[in-house]
Amino acid sequence: MAGCRGVRVALQITCVNDAMFPDTGKAVVRLLRRLGVEVDFPRAQTCCGQPMVNTGYLDEAVPVVRRFVDAFAGYDAIVTPSGSCAGSARHQHSIVAERAGDPALAAAVAETGPRTYELSEFLVDVLGVTDVGAYFPHRTTYHPTCHSLRMLGVGDRPTRLLEAVRGIELVDLPHASECCGFGGTFALKNADTSIAMGADKARHVRDTGAEVLVAGDNSCLMHVGGMLSRQRAGVRVMHLAEVLASTEEDEG
Amino acid sequence: MTGTFVGMPAFPTAARQALGDTQLRRNLAHATHVIRDKRAKVVAEVEDWEELRLAGAGVKEAALRDLATHLETLEASLVRAGATVHWARDAEEACAIVAEVTKAHGVDEVVKVKSMATAEIGLNEALEAEGIAAWETDLAELIVQLGDDLPSHILVPAIHRNRAEIREIFLRRMGDVGRPAPADLTDEPAVLAAAARAHLREKFLRARVAVSGANFAVADTGTLVVVESEGNGRMCLTLPEVLISVVGIEKVVATWADLDPLLRLLPRSSTGERMNPYTSTWSGVTPGDGPQEVHVVLLDNGRTRALADDVGRQALRCIRCSACLNVCPVYERVGGHAYGSVYPGPIGAILNPLLHGVSDEQTASLPYASSLCGACFEVCPVRIDIPSVLVDQRAAVVDYHRADRVPKAEAVAMKAASWAFSDSRRLRTAERASGLAGRVLGRFSRTTLPGGRAAAGRLPGPAAGWTGARDLPAPPEESFRDWWDRTDGGRDGGAR
Ligand code: SF4
Repeated sequence: MAGCRGVRVALQITCVNDAMFPDTGKAVVRLLRRLGVEVDFPRAQTCCGQPMVNTGYLDEAVPVVRRFVDAFAGYDAIVTPSGSCAGSARHQHSIVAERAGDPALAAAVAETGPRTYELSEFLVDVLGVTDVGAYFPHRTTYHPTCHSLRMLGVGDRPTRLLEAVRGIELVDLPHASECCGFGGTFALKNADTSIAMGADKARHVRDTGAEVLVAGDNSCLMHVGGMLSRQRAGVRVMHLAEVLASTEEDEG
Repeated sequence: MTGTFVGMPAFPTAARQALGDTQLRRNLAHATHVIRDKRAKVVAEVEDWEELRLAGAGVKEAALRDLATHLETLEASLVRAGATVHWARDAEEACAIVAEVTKAHGVDEVVKVKSMATAEIGLNEALEAEGIAAWETDLAELIVQLGDDLPSHILVPAIHRNRAEIREIFLRRMGDVGRPAPADLTDEPAVLAAAARAHLREKFLRARVAVSGANFAVADTGTLVVVESEGNGRMCLTLPEVLISVVGIEKVVATWADLDPLLRLLPRSSTGERMNPYTSTWSGVTPGDGPQEVHVVLLDNGRTRALADDVGRQALRCIRCSACLNVCPVYERVGGHAYGSVYPGPIGAILNPLLHGVSDEQTASLPYASSLCGACFEVCPVRIDIPSVLVDQRAAVVDYHRADRVPKAEAVAMKAASWAFSDSRRLRTAERASGLAGRVLGRFSRTTLPGGRAAAGRLPGPAAGWTGARDLPAPPEESFRDWWDRTDGGRDGGAR
């Protein structure tokens, strides 16, 4: 897909990014444009349906998934800055389609699911780049979110991308693969347990002495970041896309 | 502790209590990390671990697919070998059978091999009500029993106790039920084990009836298998005159060869050992050697219910290795009691609703006791996709309440979200409202996130669950989609 000429790429912005973290979406646009990829933002899109699916509201997820596949029909690739939403499109939409008992929806889901890429997958696997020409001179640690790690299996793609960033000092996060405790509605339904998990994650982050915590999912960052902020830890949280979009100009 | 799970509060409440116990949290974090690391090390030694997992899952899946046939074969071969086979639909029937056999021998005590099935049916309590004392002989199970406590782990029921607590329990209670602990008991593991050994030896030699479970039951040979570390099981299985084994119907496998992957997967997954110290197998009665009367109680107790569930039936593959407990971040912090069942942790969170349904609040809270991080699926030796079953059981909980006259606030919120997410214009309206709220919040908030963004500190109402310990960024004034429209996707100069 060199230069992605003639290839139609759609940006999927998660509901959390759209309403709470628009800067992540802007960073993806800047980054991809810098790499020569023009992305569309299909205006009809809303959400991947995961908040409903993961809470058990499968009927309520049906129209949302329908909206998703309609909005992204006909694109060659769908890129999303969220391991969780890519996982949802790839592994959960079929459950919803089956629930709806709608073969047409099932067929559409089977079409869009495999073409949905989490950002680091799209960069490394589809564009074939690991050095995206970013500059970010900060002590940084990376938390692999559970869904990108286990549902998608993005492996070391994000860290390879980060290692290629100029100026960055990348430090290992202890117990990195342990869940931060966000878990969608888990953070509210089992707030005490979620907070206990987040507190440990925040402690591990502080132990690294990093200025910036990076991850590929804004919702996990909102949880850990909210914790770090309450603790006055002075650690900033940023989405992977924002770090990769940074250039020397930004630092000047 | 009252020694019973009945009447336990729903998970979030029980978890809150457990989280407040700092000693418990220290004990758990230490123990789970030790076993977790041990397991990871020995699993990494096996080159074809993934193939082995597939083989293990395959064997169990095949057995479940044809369960009725295999159970009939098992019954026939057990009877041929001289055992008596009983079928128990539920806990009550199973307990009654054990009590009846015991009473027929005119005894008022039995020794027990650690068994999840008998714990599941509350056998000890049922026997006690009949005037029969059931003595646990597994060390951890003994600690739980003497402490009038509840098990909090499948493999290590006393995982929540430390050495000092165990010493205290032994000193206080052993004398009441048999040989007392020596007065100079220390909390050295070897000293504690020696006290338990002396205490138990007396019971092994006296008891005429033993009760066990089984890890596996081989249909074609009529063989029951117990895998253990201490050797107490072997004592129970060989010394008494009568042996009663309570076996869940999902324990059956077709052939002896099917044990191969399972016996290789189990020890590495559970204790992090390459091989378990004792594997005992028995088939019916051998004249002049071992128990001369053998009873096998085949237990359903919800298993056929679980089997009928397309997504959930895979939970019956479980070989009770407890690996999923040891890696679970939720279990690590709250321990086993919060799950209100002898099956705690990720497997308990799916098995309990599958066995019993989701009509009571406590069981219905279990599928939500997970962040869906997926660590359980990653370690499960028989590849049970616990996260998918959790989601499916959540749907079962939601569906159970669909006809409620007064819907839960959550159901109302999900319906509203579904409505907004079904149409991008509706979503935009909702986002503009939140952007407005963000402007208001931004003006009043005294918290700034590193990087300069305004945040909300403690908020009242439904947001309090979040902001009790976490700041919440104020919603931005402009959503991504509004930015895209305003700047033509950044082409209009507004790239930032
Ligand atoms: S579900 Fe899997 S990991 Fe958990 S106890 Fe059962 S076999 Fe072990």
